[in-house]
Amino acid sequence: MAYIDLKNEEPGIRGLMVYSPETAEPLNQLAEILLRNEDNSLERGERELIGAYVSYLNDCFFCQNVHSAMAGYYMQCDIEKIERIRSDFNRSDISDKMKSLLSIAASVQKGGKSVTTEQVEASKKVGATDREIHDTVLIAAAFCMFNRYVDGLNTWAPRDKQVYASRAPRRAKEGYINSIRK
Amino acid sequence: MFRPETGKYLYEIAQTLLRGPSPLKESEREMIAAYVSNKNNCGFCMNSHAAAARCLLGDEESLMDDILNDPDSSAVSNKMKALLNIAAKVQVSGREVSQEDIDNAREAGANDLDIHDTVLIAASFSMFNRYVDGLNSLTPENKDDYKEMGIRMVEKGYSLPKQKK
Repeated sequence: MAYIDLKNEEPGIRGLMVYSPETAEPLNQLAEILLRNEDNSLERGERELIGAYVSYLNDCFFCQNVHSAMAGYYMQCDIEKIERIRSDFNRSDISDKMKSLLSIAASVQKGGKSVTTEQVEASKKVGATDREIHDTVLIAAAFCMFNRYVDGLNTWAPRDKQVYASRAPRRAKEGYINSIRK
Repeated sequence: MFRPETGKYLYEIAQTLLRGPSPLKESEREMIAAYVSNKNNCGFCMNSHAAAARCLLGDEESLMDDILNDPDSSAVSNKMKALLNIAAKVQVSGREVSQEDIDNAREAGANDLDIHDTVLIAASFSMFNRYVDGLNSLTPENKDDYKEMGIRMVEKGYSLPKQKK
């Protein structure tokens, strides 16, 4: 049960956003532009994968399942495939560019100062642009916020992973801006 | 700014959390921000938000440095001490915050909104600090630069700077 009385039964960050709509608004707008805006050379599935991976590293059950389901939806695979990528991305069949970006995301999860010049150079060598590196760092940093918000207030999360997979198509269609209005 | 499209919302998050409605004073929120940034070893965020807090604290500006040293031996309220303890846990991980931390904050007078706002401010600085340092952005060395920055942050709040054409 959440540490504070949220006055609603919604799980994870949704419960927090219903409780505090003023703060929910810019948080949702940030999620929307980072994960879903079409003006981005990283695919939606790739951006969701970065979010799912960082949430997994932060051990945030709600966020890792929501965003693994979203990544799976866009990449047309099941959550289990995303879980395998998350746990050992170097041995998965994602692109070298995505591998280099996930490595940067993992460093961001530890701390901003953990990102090295070598990592960034290696990522550029396999084709990542400055903006892709920028967005990877910001997505990883944003999930270090979302995960702490969700777990720091001890919100509840459905244990059944199918719940997350079932919700993904609608979230993909409707986006994050209106995620708490329905 | 490299990417104003995302910057806009980052400013809005800072403005809402640090200047929007909250039971916590602006000075208390800036202190939480500086305290978390210090733990994340992010010099830019720590110095700028500490400067904003000192500006807001006026005669009590030394409180800022006292809590960076050790909140428990500072003169801030017991409620603030308990909230800084929660912020420090959030800085490590959301999962570090325990029922006992929450109970202690309530006993010291914190309500649900105080706790909510503290957790979200600490979480957001876990983002801002990583963003600033993850891209190795420029960090001014001169202390006076931060003092001016702090005054500006108090007078003007947080909004996207006008873009140079």
